[in-house]
Order: sequence, then C-alpha cells, then structure tokens
Amino acid sequence: MTKEATTASARFALPSRILHWLMAPMVIAQLFIGVTMIASLSCYPLLLAIHRPLGLLILAFAVVRLANRLTHQLPPFLATMGPAERRIASWSEYLLYALLLVQPVVGWATLSASRSPIILIGTLHLPGIAPHNVDVYAVLRQLHTVFAFLLFLTFTAHVCAVLFHTLVLRDRLLDRMALWPTKSTAPNRDEAGV
Amino acid sequence: MKPGDHGGEQEGKPAETKPTHPLLGALTRRRAVLGMGAVAGIAALDVGGFAYAGGWLRPGSLTSLTPSRFADRFENVYGRHDGFRRNHAKGLSAVGTFASTGAGAAICRAAVFQPGSVPLIGRFSLSGGLPDQADKPDTVRGLGLLFQGPDGQQWRTAMINIPVFPDSTPQGFYERLLASKALPDTGKPDQEKMAAFLDRHPETVAALKIIKQTPPTAGFADSTYHGLNAFRFTNSVGVTVPVRWSAIPQEGPEVPASSPGKDYLFDDLIRTLAQRPVNWRLILTIGEPGDPTNDATKPWPQSRRSVDAGTITITAVHTEEAGNARDINFDPMVLPDGMTASDDPLLAARSAVYARSFTRRAEEPKSPSEVNVSQVLK
Repeated sequence: MTKEATTASARFALPSRILHWLMAPMVIAQLFIGVTMIASLSCYPLLLAIHRPLGLLILAFAVVRLANRLTHQLPPFLATMGPAERRIASWSEYLLYALLLVQPVVGWATLSASRSPIILIGTLHLPGIAPHNVDVYAVLRQLHTVFAFLLFLTFTAHVCAVLFHTLVLRDRLLDRMALWPTKSTAPNRDEAGV
Repeated sequence: MKPGDHGGEQEGKPAETKPTHPLLGALTRRRAVLGMGAVAGIAALDVGGFAYAGGWLRPGSLTSLTPSRFADRFENVYGRHDGFRRNHAKGLSAVGTFASTGAGAAICRAAVFQPGSVPLIGRFSLSGGLPDQADKPDTVRGLGLLFQGPDGQQWRTAMINIPVFPDSTPQGFYERLLASKALPDTGKPDQEKMAAFLDRHPETVAALKIIKQTPPTAGFADSTYHGLNAFRFTNSVGVTVPVRWSAIPQEGPEVPASSPGKDYLFDDLIRTLAQRPVNWRLILTIGEPGDPTNDATKPWPQSRRSVDAGTITITAVHTEEAGNARDINFDPMVLPDGMTASDDPLLAARSAVYARSFTRRAEEPKSPSEVNVSQVLK
C-alpha cells in the first residue's frame, strides 16, 4: 500500500464516479432553482414544477448512491491530507449523503402537510407522507430552508477543499473522481521537479 | 460508512503516503497565489450567485419585487396579524359539492368536468389584511374553492365579486396597495397619492369604471364570483382554448338579521346555510383569438360562448380552525391535468405571494377567527 496508493489510478470506483458527476449538476441546479423560486414573482410556478420532479430524481439517485457507497471501498486518502482534514472530509461526506437523502423527503413531506397535490408531471403524482397539518407544515418548511442552506454550505466547502488541493497544493485530488483521462503519475513527484 | 472504510487504511494511521519532502516547498509562491485566487474566485461566484438568485443582493427597486416584499407591503398597509392571511384575512370556512353536468368535458379533460360529483372545500372572505374589519357592502368579497377530484387531483381557485381586476400587473397591484393605504387620521386613502397612481395606470381607471357598473349584491349568497384571470383548457383530443370562469348565484337575497351587526355579511350567510344549501352555476367562458388573456383588467365581449359546467353547492359553513379552509392556500396555480395558466402575469405572482403568506401565517401563533358560527346560531 505505498506506491499504488499514491498513483492517480487510485480512483473512486467507476459507478461512484458516474453517480457523482450525474448528481452534481442536478443538486447544484436544484439549489439554485429553490433559492430563485422563493424570490421570484414571475417564475415561481414554473420553477416549482421543475423543483418537485427534480427533487424526487435526486432522492432516487441518492438511494442508489448510498447502496453503491456501502458496497464499494474508497481509495486511500492522499498524503497531502493530515489526520484532522481526513476526519473533516469523512464527516462532511456523511453530511452530504444525509442531506441528499433527507432534503427531498422533507420537501415531499412539506407539500403533503400543506395538503398540496405532489404533481410530478401531467397526472403523475406522489402520495402524501405527512398529516395535513399547518403546524407540521411550518416545522417542515423551516427545516427545508435550514437543510438547503446547510447543503449549500457543505457543497461550497466541498468544492473549495477539492479546488484548494487541485489548484494550490496541486496534488491531483480531483483526478480521483475524474471520468476523464488523467496522467497516471504519482501526485507528489509530478510537481516536485517543475 | 465508517471513517475506517477508506481502502485498507487504518484509522489514525495516515502513514502510507507520507511525502519524502515538504510538499509546499515544491510549489512556487506565484502558482500558489494563482491557485488561491482561482479558489477564492470560484467560491465568490458560487456564494454570490446563490445570494443574487435568492434576492439578497437586489434591494429596493421595482424590478426586484419579490414575494417577501409583496407580503411585507400587505403588513405595512394593514399591520401584521399573526396567523391570518396577508390578504382576505377575514373569512369563514365552508364545505360542499360540485355536481358536473359533463358539458365542461368538451373543452377540458380534467376529471372534475366528467359527469358526476366531487367534494369541495371553500372559504368566504373579505378583501384586505384586517381579520376583524367591520363588514361593508362595497368591500370586495371572495370565494375560494378547492375541488377534490379523483386520483388526488385538485383544482383550487380564489374568485372575487368584481367582474375585472383593477390591476394588470403585480407591480400595479403592489403600488396601488400603498396608494390606497388608509391615513391614520381620516381612515381614508391619501387623495393625492391615489390620483398620482391613477395618472400612471390608465388600465386601473378603465377597470374601476367597469367595476362601478355592477354594484355589489346584498350578501355572499347572491354574489357572482369571478375567476378573473384567463387559463388554458385542453380537452381529450388535445384542443386548447382560453377560458375564464365565474360562479353565478342561484339564490335571492339571504335571510337578513333583524339588526345588522359588525359581521352582518357573514352572519347572514351563516343563518341562510343553517336553513338550506346555497348554489352557484359554474360558467366557463371561452375566449376567441384576440381576446386578452394576459390582462385581467379587460373584460371579454359579452357574446363569447359559455359552458354551464355544473352546480357548486355549499352545504355548510364552519368557524375557521385547524384542519379546515383556514389551513388551505387557495393557490390559483394548483390545477388538474387539462388546465394550465395563461400568459397573465398576475397568476404566477399570486401563486408566489400566496405561498409566502401561507408560510408566514403557518409559522405564526394562531388566534380565533372573528366570524364564529356557533355564536351567530346561538
């Protein structure tokens, strides 16, 4: 576990990488749709009509991704990450998984509590999963906002951390998640001679 | 998912890939600064974009009118009344049925227009944000309806007893609200402000002229309620037409009280419904090419074809409380399959502002409604 671990071939498993890059644009779009729609007078219904089915799609992908995560081993951490950073990286990963699973369910329950039909497209709709109760709605609606900000902050921290490694430390951290071809050289030696 | 599940690594022993020399020593200062700049730039774009989308970076101007600011305006004009709607705050919950003739199915594939009957939840209301205002004949009356169709499909509508809406745009409504704010000393709007508003909004002047031609009826039961905004109906063969709808009363005046009280409009309705159900015909009016669908201040010609879709019967009214119409947002964009919004800008704005109002009042403490059925019937 010395040389192999440091090479760029120590990537995440292919299904993990595919799921990561399929979900990333959906989640980013969903966050921006959500925050835009609550501040928009003209686009609210249109954005809400996208927000509902996209949320369900994210939930479905999150479940598949959790199953994938539990059945695949992760590549080892890079040497450029100290013990504290590794711990933060692991916990923030768990937080992201939890939020990606919980946030769509909270959104679904929020609509249920407000007695709204949960229309996906045309006549296709979901059943309610929470009682028709305005107090329950109030709690869920606030949770949806809190989780949205938490998800956005965690996502931002995640992107900043990966970019810091990739652009400042230049340790090719991003290559571990790459679906594109990368140089299969050891991360440290590559830059050392330049 | 334990911290230890990173391939073969043992927790607390990140030793296997220790670099042979300090990593940062391998980086030039310039590249590090460039990298930091790139990270900071992307982070700023991300956070800034999110804040801009959420409306936090667009203070003030009219082009940045948000649902929150709209709801704020109602609170500014009428005061904040915890737990009540920001507009049409004073109301009474109702239940009933819609018995469809089946005639509506010719223009709309929505299940509620098939022959048969669906349950209704309704709410009678007076416009304005004051939950305990005294009933006056010329205060705009509202009827909100939720048609509970088969397969969980809903149709929600909030109608009022004037034939056209005074404003064609959300901005117009937003400005008119402030212009019509009652002055504390007179209780009446500032005449100069209202005149200045009307100067800038000829469409409102024209609409008010039409509204004045149909004076309000005696009560809720004999009022005609109009959906005002145009929608698009699509039938089973895919033909789409523009439609506006109205609920036409089938009753004479209600049973008036011996001495009209503060809530006399609601009280009369409560007493009437204690004796018999109250009916309206649901009339769908079909627009023709050239009829304005994006301007609720403009009526369609009287000659337009209409369809009698069925009978709305209100069978009972109840004091607003948890679980009844109090807790329903009569969002005009909750539509069954076969109905969609027109290009009327009021529709999206109503949906957005109603949602904001609903969320605010859901989170606030609740107090009893002014209109109390058991007190009237005692």
